[in-house]
Parts: sequence; C-alpha cells; structure tokens
Amino acid sequence: MSLTAQNISFMARGRYLLRDVSLSLNPGEVLAVLGPNGAGKSTLLKVLAGEYSPVHGAVLQNGRDIASVPAISLAGERAVMPQATSMTFPFPVRDVVALGRSPFRKISSRQLDNALVTRAIKLADIEQLADRAYPALSGGEKQRVHLARALVQVWGMTEANPQTVPEDEAIRSNGSAHGRFLLLDEPTSGLDVSHQHALLSVARREARQNGVGVLMILHDFNQVTAYADRVAVLQSGELVAQGMVTDVMTPDLLSTVFKSPIRAIPDPVGGAVLVSQAQEPV
Amino acid sequence: MKQMVASLQESMPIRRPVMMLILMGLGLLAVTVVSLGMGGAKINLADVIHHMGHRIGIWPTGIDDFNARILDSLRLPRIVRAIVIGAGLGLAGAVMQSLFRNPIADPGIIGVSASAALGAVAMIVAGHLVLGSYYAVVGPYGVPVAAFAGAVVATALVRILSRQDGHTDAAIMLLIGVAINAIAFAGVGVFTYMADDAQLRSLTFWQMGALSGNGPADAPALIIMALGAAYLVSLGTSLNLFLLGEAEARHLGVEVENLKRRATVVTALVVGAAVAVSGIIGFVGLVAPHLVRLVTGPDNRYVLPASAICGAAILTGADAVARIIVLPAELPIGLVTGIVGGPFFLCLLLREKKRRRI
Repeated sequence: MSLTAQNISFMARGRYLLRDVSLSLNPGEVLAVLGPNGAGKSTLLKVLAGEYSPVHGAVLQNGRDIASVPAISLAGERAVMPQATSMTFPFPVRDVVALGRSPFRKISSRQLDNALVTRAIKLADIEQLADRAYPALSGGEKQRVHLARALVQVWGMTEANPQTVPEDEAIRSNGSAHGRFLLLDEPTSGLDVSHQHALLSVARREARQNGVGVLMILHDFNQVTAYADRVAVLQSGELVAQGMVTDVMTPDLLSTVFKSPIRAIPDPVGGAVLVSQAQEPV
Repeated sequence: MKQMVASLQESMPIRRPVMMLILMGLGLLAVTVVSLGMGGAKINLADVIHHMGHRIGIWPTGIDDFNARILDSLRLPRIVRAIVIGAGLGLAGAVMQSLFRNPIADPGIIGVSASAALGAVAMIVAGHLVLGSYYAVVGPYGVPVAAFAGAVVATALVRILSRQDGHTDAAIMLLIGVAINAIAFAGVGVFTYMADDAQLRSLTFWQMGALSGNGPADAPALIIMALGAAYLVSLGTSLNLFLLGEAEARHLGVEVENLKRRATVVTALVVGAAVAVSGIIGFVGLVAPHLVRLVTGPDNRYVLPASAICGAAILTGADAVARIIVLPAELPIGLVTGIVGGPFFLCLLLREKKRRRI
C-alpha cells in the first residue's frame, strides 16, 4: 500500500503548475523531491496531501482516491509538516504538538497522547520550549514544533516502542495493513546545521524503524544523497527524473536542471560530495 | 481568589479550566441575583433570593406581591433576554475570531450586526410600503424577521464573494465583511434620512440596542439563539485545529469548507436573532472572548463555553447599569456596552502592541 500520484496535472490561472506527474511513495522509504524554485515541488506536496485537487489524474492513498475519502480518515494515515504557519493565538508549544493527536481523539487515551507528545518533543529538541507561547518562537523553533506535531500524528495508534521492533518486521507489518506517510515541505529551510541533521535523521528513522513512507522537499544535494533512498526531480512542473539516489544524483543531470555547473568531488572520508561552482560575477 | 482556586484544586481533581468555568457560572449567577434587585424599585438581595427560592419550591411562602410581580414580569424576562443574547454574542465573537484566525473579528466588525439592523430599519421605514395591507398581518414579527434576513443575507454575501476556486480565504473574508459593514451602515443612514419622527424613535432603538424586548414575539428568536449557541459550543476542537491554519486543519482531518459553512451560517442565525430582539449591542462579542482568554488561555474547548457565560454576565451587568444610571429613564444598553467596551478594546489593543514588540 502506498501514496500514489497517477498522471496528475494541476492548473492555476491558466498555467500548468504540474503536468502529468506520476510517482509513488512506499512505506519504509525516504523519497526526496528536488528542483529549482517554481518547479512545482510544494504544489506536488499539496496535491498529495489533498489540499489542492488535480485537474487531471488522481492521488491514491493506500489504494483509495483521496478525493472521495473523508479528511479524518486521510489524517489517520498521513501527516504533513508545512513550510510556515502563522498562529496569533498564544497556545503553549506542548498544546500545539498535542493538536497532532486530534485525528485519534476518539480512539486514543490521554496517557498514550501524553507519552507520544513527550517523546516527540524530545526528538524535535524542543523540551526547553515546551511551556513557551508558540507565537513568540523563532522561525526555526516553530518548524521543530511542527515536526513534533507531525510525528505524533504519523505515529497514530502504534503503542509499541519502535526501538524494540526489528526493522524488517516493522516494514512488513505496516506494508501489509495501512501504509503511513509523512510529507515534509522544505523541513530544513529555517534550521541550523545540527538541527537539520537531527530532523533528517528522525525522518529516516521513521522510515526505517516504523515503516513510514517519508517524502521531503530538499535543496541540499548532499542531504539528498545522505538521507534519501529515492529522488524525484521536478522542472517546470514536469518530472524529469525519478529513481534511486545513486542513479539520479549525477553532476550532468543536476547541472542541466539547475542551470548551474555542478561537480562531484571525491570525499576523503568516502563517497563523493556534490558541489556547485561559484559563477563569475557579471 | 487565586488562593481559593488553589485550595479548591487540591481538594478536587478537576482541571483548572473546568474550575474556571464553574467559577464563572457562579459569577453569572451572582450578577443575575444582584441585577434582579436593582432598578427603579429597589428590592433587597435577601428578598430576591427568597423569591427565587420560593419559585423553585424551597420556601413555601413568597415575598410581598408587588415586588414578586416586578421580579416575575419585568425584571426576569429582561434578564433572561440579557443572558441569552449576551451568551449568543460572546460565543459568536469567539467563534468568528477562530474562524477568521484574527483576534479582532466580531459580528459587529464583519457587517452581520449592521446588516441585521439594516433589515430591521428597512422594515420600520419602508415595510408598510412594500407589504401594503399585509403589514398589519405581519405585525410584531415583521421587524425581527427582517433583521434576521439581513444577517443571513450579509453572511451569504460575504461567503459567496470571498469564494474562489472552491476555497475561501479567511483574510479576504474579513475585509469583504468590513466592506459589507460600511455598505449596511450607509443603507441604515439612507433609511434614517427617509424616516418620519415616529419612525426615528424606533430606529434609534435598533442602532443603540435595548433589552426591553417585544414581548412574546421574541420567543422564537431566543430559542434559535439558544440552539445555535449549543451547536457552536460543540465546535471547540475543530476550531482549535483551524487556528493552526486552514491547510493544517485539513491535514489533521477537519472538513474545512464544511466547518466554515456551518460555523458562519449558525453564527449568522445567532447574531441575526440577537439583533432582532435587542438591536445592535456592540463589543460584547469582542470583549467577552478576550477577557476569557486571559483566564483560560486560547483553548477553544474552554474559550467557547466561557465566552458564552462571560458574555451573559457582561450584558446582565450592563443592563443593571442601564436601568439605574439615569432614573427614572433608562439608557439604551448599546450605549453602556459602547462606553465601557470601546476604551476596553483600545486597552486590549495597546496591551497586545506592547507584547508583540518584545
């Protein structure tokens, strides 16, 4: 079971923002979405999340067309970490994180909710902010709050401590029933380097240990190669490449898509790093 | 007060906001009792309590007949109106603030109240021309129904005009509401200009608000308000999610367009019904939720019921003031809430300004 886009196109004001895009996000994998500004990355994420309805094609979540599934049952299987949200009312951080439990309010218990919220707050490294008012936080801190909120939602009703579940089994058990998905819209944009890596590790661990399908929009090539399994490259609303990271992340393809010379340099520690060359001042 | 809360909390395992709701309920009861005693004929507190006890059957004998009749037929109906209207307005304000994700939204600001008044004023001034001989048949129901229709039309207009590609943008919706408000007030101005002397007197009633009511003709409006308020209170959790943003609310399983439609329509019903009974009473919808949030925090599960209680207490209190301040006459209640509420609102804004700068 997966989250699948079938030949979706999206149009706004007479212009195609997405044209005939097909991709599928499988449980247990990390899929990175890469592309220049305005390529349609966020639009794709919003269509997958059901925020926008495609003009052609359909999005299937665990085999069901999301256009005909109630929002509450989609929310039970998929969480979204948005780019930025403005909230003027002074909710404490802990309460904002706890809002992620609301899709399960009828079936969950207060103990489980509290335990999950505490764990997510720890993972997102916002323990020292937990009692602060959300609107007073900085941009990067707000993003970490939304990571924690998305985590408690995607964890759903899985009570077992994920660390104790063997990797393969977690993926198999989830893959057979309902796949769960985590969509992250430029999750690293406002974060410092150490929090970027912390967030990406958390995302990858969700995929590996809990069998969650993770899709994230990234800009840093080396983060893509380090953390993603597969990558989809968008350009002007069209999917120009999709595949395993090692196959797609080549200097040639990236140089063409980003219209900027990109080279792979051997890393003394092993592998290679992708660097973009500084352009001559005009 | 704080100590009392703390000691109560120790003895009973109830959460703080629930405790606050109970205390506010008791506060409303106290305001009601005090307000019953105030007015042209002063009735002391003991007598009021005695009378209420007698009515619920605690004491076999009542107080003297004259005072009993004042309480039963003059003050009690009035206070019931104040409680229902205050609760409806406070709740409508709290819901709108969440719906527009803007702490200054209020039925008065987005034109619902003004349009209701326009409906009422149009009926008073031009009703006999439009309805002709039916005017007498419609009788006392004509004006409330017109007020009600005005509120519903305004809400429908705001919703239709702010709709694009199947979505409504809350910020645009607020601005369109402000424009509707201006248009409605212009309309009220036109009818005021056309009105004759007798009509002018009724018009001032709609513009300044009064709780004197229209007798039994108010009953349907009060019932609609009570039912609408009960529905709005149940939206707490969904509106909390809505505060995160419309997209986020949808990701968390809220049927966003559905919620917006229901909440705006029910709010219009409540506000329209309130204006139908009492004319425009400003600031209750704005002040009550703000006061409440100071105590309970922003969680709508508590803000909504608390705003209803607080709105009821504010209006009951304001009504008591309106009845005694210019004896033997009485001040229109809209003036009282305006005189107190305007500066209060300004203080809230200044406080907010200071807080945001930090």
